[in-house]
Amino acid sequence: MDSGNSPSTPILRKTALNALHKRLGAKMVNFGGWDMPVEYPCSGNLLCEHRAVRSGVGMFDVSHMGDIRIHSAKNPGGALAAVQHLTMNDASRLAIGQAQYSAMLYPAGTFVDDVIVHRLGEDDYLLVINAGTREKDINWVRENTKGMDCQVEDLSDAYTQLAIQGPRAAETLQKLTGAKLDTVKNYWFTHGAVCGLPNTLIARTGYTGEDGFEIYIPSDTATSERVWNAVMDAGKEFGIVACGLGARNTLRLEAKMALYGHEISDTINVWEVGLDRYCHLEKGNFIGRDALVKLKAEGLKRALVGLEMVDRGIARDTYPCVDENGKEIGLVTSGSPSPTLGKNIALAYLPPSMTALGTPIYVEIRSQRCKAQVVATPFYKRAKKPLAVSQ
Amino acid sequence: MSYPTQFRYSKDHEWIEVKGDVATVGITDYAQSELGDVVFVEMPAVGTQVVTGKSFGSVESVKAVSDIYAPASGEVVEANGGLKDKPEAINTDPHGTGWLIKMKLANPAEVAALMDAAAYETYIAEKKKEASA
Repeated sequence: MDSGNSPSTPILRKTALNALHKRLGAKMVNFGGWDMPVEYPCSGNLLCEHRAVRSGVGMFDVSHMGDIRIHSAKNPGGALAAVQHLTMNDASRLAIGQAQYSAMLYPAGTFVDDVIVHRLGEDDYLLVINAGTREKDINWVRENTKGMDCQVEDLSDAYTQLAIQGPRAAETLQKLTGAKLDTVKNYWFTHGAVCGLPNTLIARTGYTGEDGFEIYIPSDTATSERVWNAVMDAGKEFGIVACGLGARNTLRLEAKMALYGHEISDTINVWEVGLDRYCHLEKGNFIGRDALVKLKAEGLKRALVGLEMVDRGIARDTYPCVDENGKEIGLVTSGSPSPTLGKNIALAYLPPSMTALGTPIYVEIRSQRCKAQVVATPFYKRAKKPLAVSQ
Repeated sequence: MSYPTQFRYSKDHEWIEVKGDVATVGITDYAQSELGDVVFVEMPAVGTQVVTGKSFGSVESVKAVSDIYAPASGEVVEANGGLKDKPEAINTDPHGTGWLIKMKLANPAEVAALMDAAAYETYIAEKKKEASA
């Protein structure tokens, strides 16, 4: 057994709920420099956590995510101009109260990070960024908005961010807030009192492929624990469990949501990962646009595909993909058993000629060649329910 | 879960139980709890020579794959076929039905050098303390 502990233990950052996770008996791991729960034996571990989110409700502490606010300085429109310059999606399409998936790019058209852009006010935006890229991202935003008419604030340490996810998430959270959650559409947000905390940002977003909310509350331990416990109580009748990064990963993988450092990175461009619909070349110039125009004309050299293992074996990130002659043709970026499908699934970069559905390929799993085939993605898609109320 | 006193334990968290010249090998309760839900086990064929400290197979949970290292040298005489359809036996009964292989020991004296149950429990208590520090 390889215990996996590194010889020198770095000093890890902790969220406000760190002590609570340990009291619950969570198994903790180093994730991007953060001491985070990977699974909770008290929840029945990863598989139970995963199933709770698909069928009921689960809660994740995602306070390690960072938050950057960009708002007007002297003249209105300065913040929008900055966000448009920094990100690939078209932030001018956002209404106040709406959010969009987007990304910050290097001039080469590769990824600084993927982000969710929330339009908080007339010329006021909140970018939610990844944990492992926080410092890089804030520096990138500051450097690339120098001289622009906007203010940049790093609010990363100000919030405890809780993700309440699953088909019963709305019913759970509704017990704790006066905000009318059924009027908040997917990728929209509202502000309302949660557990008596006024003006709390409540976003219908998540990283599980399921319905759910992310709430942003003050990051002191007392408040964070109070809200955590209130959500657990509210969700009790729906079988709520605490969920760790293990289930977060299997859930997002089934939904084919990209993970920084795996499907996206500073060496992978927008077209390769297939995030075309979040990239708006026509909106005007932004960092990375020129390269993307050129790359589009040149055509793809590799593309992200979904794989399903045919042979026994689990493909995992960094495992090579090979053809029937053993020639290396690509690389697995994420792979896992899919608890929902009961199959072993993976995401991989392959040459465009090998991306047709049903194409047989092989993954080298610990020096054994295991057969896989290209399948449609996302691997899992939730059934769409019509909204009771639409805006 | 208690650690059977008739077993010996390796620092890599395998257990070994010797009966005559045949030993049964598995992973410990501590190891399975660190791994999480086991979904796949890769084991050597009967007749394979395993070598002390070298990997002879792997156990995969949803989130990771871990090598299994031989606590002693010898020849594999049986692999636990029941794990193919029920790998979760490693989680639910790691010291019993979740056993991995039976082997004919090359040098039975090797086993005496491994930890006994009390020493192993002290060893994992230290590991747990490190993890919660």
